Amino acid sequence: MPEREHHNPARLPVRTTVALAAAGAARWASRTAGRGKGSMIGGLIAEKIDPKIMSRLAAGKKTALITGTNGKSTTTRMTAAALAELGEVATQADGANMDAGIIATLSLQRSAGICALEVDELHVPHVSDAVDPSVLVLLNLSRDQLDRVGEINMIERRLREGIARHPDTVLVANCDDVLVTSAAFNAPHVVWVAAGASWVGDSVSCPRTGEPIIRGEDGWYSSGDETFRRPTPDWWVDDEKIYGPDGFVVEMPLSVPGSANRGNAAQAVAAAVAMGADPAKAVAAVGTVREVAGRYGVHRVGNHSVRTLLAKNPAGWQEALSMIDQDADGLVIAVNGQVPDGEDLSWLWDVRFEAFETMKVVAAGERAADLSVRLLYAGAEHITIDDPMKAIASCPPGRVEVLANYTAFRDLGVALERAEAKAAGGNQK
Amino acid sequence: MSESTLRIGLVLPDVMGTYGDGGNALILRQRAQMRGIDAEIVHITLDDEVPDSLDVYTLGGAEDYAQRLATRHLTRYPGLQRAAAAGRPVLAICAAIQVLGHWYETSAGERVEGISLFDLTTSPQERRSIGELVTDPVLDGLTEPLSGFENHRGGSLLGADAKPLGKVRHGVGNGVGDGTEGVVQGSVIGTYMHGPALARNPQLADHLLKQALGVDTLAPLDLPQVDRLRTERLAAARRG
Repeated sequence: MPEREHHNPARLPVRTTVALAAAGAARWASRTAGRGKGSMIGGLIAEKIDPKIMSRLAAGKKTALITGTNGKSTTTRMTAAALAELGEVATQADGANMDAGIIATLSLQRSAGICALEVDELHVPHVSDAVDPSVLVLLNLSRDQLDRVGEINMIERRLREGIARHPDTVLVANCDDVLVTSAAFNAPHVVWVAAGASWVGDSVSCPRTGEPIIRGEDGWYSSGDETFRRPTPDWWVDDEKIYGPDGFVVEMPLSVPGSANRGNAAQAVAAAVAMGADPAKAVAAVGTVREVAGRYGVHRVGNHSVRTLLAKNPAGWQEALSMIDQDADGLVIAVNGQVPDGEDLSWLWDVRFEAFETMKVVAAGERAADLSVRLLYAGAEHITIDDPMKAIASCPPGRVEVLANYTAFRDLGVALERAEAKAAGGNQK
Repeated sequence: MSESTLRIGLVLPDVMGTYGDGGNALILRQRAQMRGIDAEIVHITLDDEVPDSLDVYTLGGAEDYAQRLATRHLTRYPGLQRAAAAGRPVLAICAAIQVLGHWYETSAGERVEGISLFDLTTSPQERRSIGELVTDPVLDGLTEPLSGFENHRGGSLLGADAKPLGKVRHGVGNGVGDGTEGVVQGSVIGTYMHGPALARNPQLADHLLKQALGVDTLAPLDLPQVDRLRTERLAAARRG
């Protein structure tokens, strides 16, 4: 067993120390004022005072960055779990994956010698420049909300350019994803993982030549450049096992649902192994990850046991739908259309709700009307109750699955916690 | 209608229609079936020649490269052009307007030839137009305001043979400063209301169905979900 590394935080310049003190004060003030967890505010202030703070805080640490459209938080949690045998790991508690959140994480967990950080796709190049990662995990790339982020091909090109500046970084890349493969293809050190791709709607044309991508049983290739084709994976999974280099194969039971998460787990294991972890221990560790920022968590409300699933974009919805337990007693789908969700809900028509012809659905959320029309034309029997808590209450007693997009999920999480706290308080009296 | 089943062509969903545009073909099929009319969707991909024998066609939006692949395929297999010449209804969404015009200019400044079903040309505008779009239709048979969401940078300038689909009440539309939205030429209709435009506009859906079936009237459908969505979206646009 490798000895647990004890990391002595490097001495920091005065400017950085001042920045961290200011961050701490702001964090305290924000928490006291009841404005959330406060870490983001602290990170923002620290960066204002010392623009180099991220690279200073990360200096001397072994860092894994995790990025992709979907699965960042889950994979980061799994990577952190798998790295824990090597020493203390700094990682986000809350999924805040831009500069402020990353700085906050590094400044709150300074004694850690290892970092597992999730990073927003567009932030990867400059965060890489600041932290010089040992490993960069590339999960998948697909459309998020187009009205906010810009087109996916541009993101792939920026990632590719950023990666070219770090030839020593080991990439752990999903070879089933055409855009991810393109981003990683020219890097000198790549560990390829067949992590699956449930969504191919955003990679019909080759990101390198513009010609069609041809898909067959043994993968995909570009009809414009036949050398650009699916690389042979070093790691892959099936429903029971994980397979790795040199004939490595073990059972990989997970505590989180869905086939997408088996791919995420494989990438987390591959990343930890690339950083020195033992493969069998890494597999055991990813299996312990249960709840990620409220996702997959189960709440008890009245006579319902409620499991909440988050989906933020078409690929995420398709994956989340595959996690729904069709034997549950009720299914609530809650959709909002606020700015963080994307105000345009056209993507509802890219999701195959036709699968719910046999399950009774309650449409909820601020944009329940949009969802209701989608379900109507999908032939999915449903009722509409805008308030997600009331929608849950309307289900028959028993297990209720709730699938929600970003702000609907966030608001429902608060409401569920409040209801649980109220019930617990009531029991004590 | 050619046979006993209404055949709806979903044109190049593999390259055009990555924004829920496939929903339009689905809505046409479901609205036909709700009236007891057999209907099916025919997927026409890059592997297929484009047939000229279908009853109605829908095309979706696309980005850059994908748009170019679609244009090349439609030029190589001109079934859509023959169907349009025979008066079959066609619905072109967003970037499909550009592909169906004479030419469009990419954001990199390159001109790409279209298939000239529409007498129009498209050039990039200074800013991307994103948001709720509401118009008053000027097409015979449409009386209700049209509602949709636009997200495009192209601005389309209509020639003499093309007429607009509507006058903009809220939003940008064709983006060339004349307050027009969309295009109508013969049996071909284009709109910048992107994605599943027919979800909010049942009257436009039934207009296409009537043309496809060769009938003047269709049995009314009572769909309160659709009414509520229209009311909500029109109100959201008014709020700005």
